Amino acid sequence: MTALDLDALIDDPTTRIIVTCGAGGVGKTTTAAALGLRAAERGRKVVVLTIDPARRLAQSLGLTELDNTPRAVKDVDGANGGSLDAMMLDMKRTFDEVVLAHATPEKAEQILANPFYVALSSSFAGTQEYMAMEKLGQLHKQAEKTGEWDLIVVDTPPSRSALDFLDAPERLASLLEGRFLRLLLAPARGPLRLMSAGVNLAMSVMNKVLGAQVLTDVQTFAAAFDTLFGGFRERAEKTVALLREPHTAFLVVAAPQNDALREASYFADRLREERMPLAGVVLNRVTTTHAPDLSAERSLAAAEKLTDSDKSALTAAVLLLHADRMQQVVGEAKRADRFRRGHRSVPTVDVPALPDDVHDLAGLRQIGDLLTA
Amino acid sequence: MVTGKGGTGKTTVAAAMALSLADQGKRVLLVEVEGRQGLAQLFDVPPLPYVERKIAVGPGGGEVFALAVDAEAALLEYLDMFYHLGRAGKALDKVGAVDFVTTIAPGLRDVLLTGKVYEATRRKAHGRLAYDAVVLDAPPTGRIGPFLNVNHEVAGLAKVGPIRNQADAIMGMLRSDVTRIHLVTLLEEMPVQETLDAVEQLETLDLRIGSIVVNMVRHSPLDDESLALAVKEKLPTAELTKGLRAAGISASKQMVSTLAAEARDHAVRIGLERENRDRIDALGKEVTELGLVPDGIDHGALFDLAEDLRS
Repeated sequence: MTALDLDALIDDPTTRIIVTCGAGGVGKTTTAAALGLRAAERGRKVVVLTIDPARRLAQSLGLTELDNTPRAVKDVDGANGGSLDAMMLDMKRTFDEVVLAHATPEKAEQILANPFYVALSSSFAGTQEYMAMEKLGQLHKQAEKTGEWDLIVVDTPPSRSALDFLDAPERLASLLEGRFLRLLLAPARGPLRLMSAGVNLAMSVMNKVLGAQVLTDVQTFAAAFDTLFGGFRERAEKTVALLREPHTAFLVVAAPQNDALREASYFADRLREERMPLAGVVLNRVTTTHAPDLSAERSLAAAEKLTDSDKSALTAAVLLLHADRMQQVVGEAKRADRFRRGHRSVPTVDVPALPDDVHDLAGLRQIGDLLTA
Repeated sequence: MVTGKGGTGKTTVAAAMALSLADQGKRVLLVEVEGRQGLAQLFDVPPLPYVERKIAVGPGGGEVFALAVDAEAALLEYLDMFYHLGRAGKALDKVGAVDFVTTIAPGLRDVLLTGKVYEATRRKAHGRLAYDAVVLDAPPTGRIGPFLNVNHEVAGLAKVGPIRNQADAIMGMLRSDVTRIHLVTLLEEMPVQETLDAVEQLETLDLRIGSIVVNMVRHSPLDDESLALAVKEKLPTAELTKGLRAAGISASKQMVSTLAAEARDHAVRIGLERENRDRIDALGKEVTELGLVPDGIDHGALFDLAEDLRS
């Protein structure tokens, strides 16, 4: 059971990509932003890619516009030669850009106007994950080429299941390369009689149920997308390879609650299985106390005694609050300990809970201090 | 329909609502559509198949049935029901068409999921409605608008034809008086913001909001005056010192300042919660509070919550 040294991680010039992942609502985006800011103020040239930040956090980073391009964050201390850019992912726009970059203008126009493409690019469950990876690939390439960044911090989409984020690119690629799309393309390429009876039957059912227009749209979409298929799988594989390299560090963010720890466990195991470099686990929003010796039981009993004898109601109330807090401290410690024993080789760091939400750079600096305390 | 940001407890609230209806003697169908098997976990039963299964009985003779709807199974069922396509349906599945259609066109997927709710709501058995109420553990607030706006989602893909007609019929039910959308939230910034955004979006779609369920509410042992003092770090240390001594606890300076600091953290949080509650109240909707269940949700806790919802 080792401690996670995040300053060492961000100060190491060979660390080029940090990916934060974990269940939704555990402070993943805040952690990514705080680490990015700290790295920048310690001299790294950082770009932070966020997916769906809380409104006020986004404002604190100057992310008021969704324009899919990194923008410099104001008021970052650049005394050590570092800088901080931030951007918010626009998944549809990223997808459109992929299409525009890899298809002829004529074909691109056809694709962008197709209703199935519109549905796929704006609401397919894996698109956000895929586009986050796509954007990471783009930023990495740009960083290598221009040298404007030497560290990319990327936040992953708030998927409920850890699986989604690792599997989405593959799912999207296999959907686009799937048997059915191949079959749909067949009529455009060869004589219909080559199609099996099963496919013919399937086609006629689809025509009947969905209407002929839908099938035509799907076919147009498939035909127009055909040239991009190979590219999709290749790019997905490249991104996965990039994530396996030693200059990448995964940080799993969790809170000391059962659900979040279960997801963190699963994620840690999965990353190891996939040979992805797991730097450690950030245990966020841990309840702390400076009076650990006053147990919940004693505190409750004392509060009761005061109430029974009609003495200081204020002290009784404060003792009840402490009892409540101690129960949380003890419960969280138990759960965190169980997690650590189950993942002995995984370094961890505890970040104490703050009473209010972080929504400015000062707050992010405070989180940065706590992450590395 | 019960929605809410992930982590607010919408599945728990949906289940408690179903139980509370069953308590009043009603036959209730509790439906989940996200493929998470959240209901099975909650009721501690094996994963639910695509079959309606009784999972709880109310004291008033009511019953709760649970169903996990799967879009692909729903499509095959739909094809069979309306087109008697037993074999063709399987052929579709075999070439990957079912997977393709339900994956690539989320609008079609949502029509199938809401379509199942539509069917269950109208189903007759023994000359009367099979269910008095259907409770849907709907997708989270971030996705609820497009999910319920099936008509629009499908319109872009299918302009005419049976799927389009089906979508129109479902939309009619969703907009009618039989449907209410309840939103579950915590008194935290993100869930409240999502609730406000969702209410606005749903009302623009002519959908009816039921209540806002404020979940996991904790009441403060401090009165408002003390809360105000605690925030300003001005709790009277002399009284605390005297009180601690009276309770038999060593009242060191450090102990007093620690307890005061903890009270401050608490008061700051309560202040934020109240700000968030004001934003909810400003909506002018019915608001229901559910207390925090400190030891996690089990069967008993679910019945307690159901009772709270009833009152």
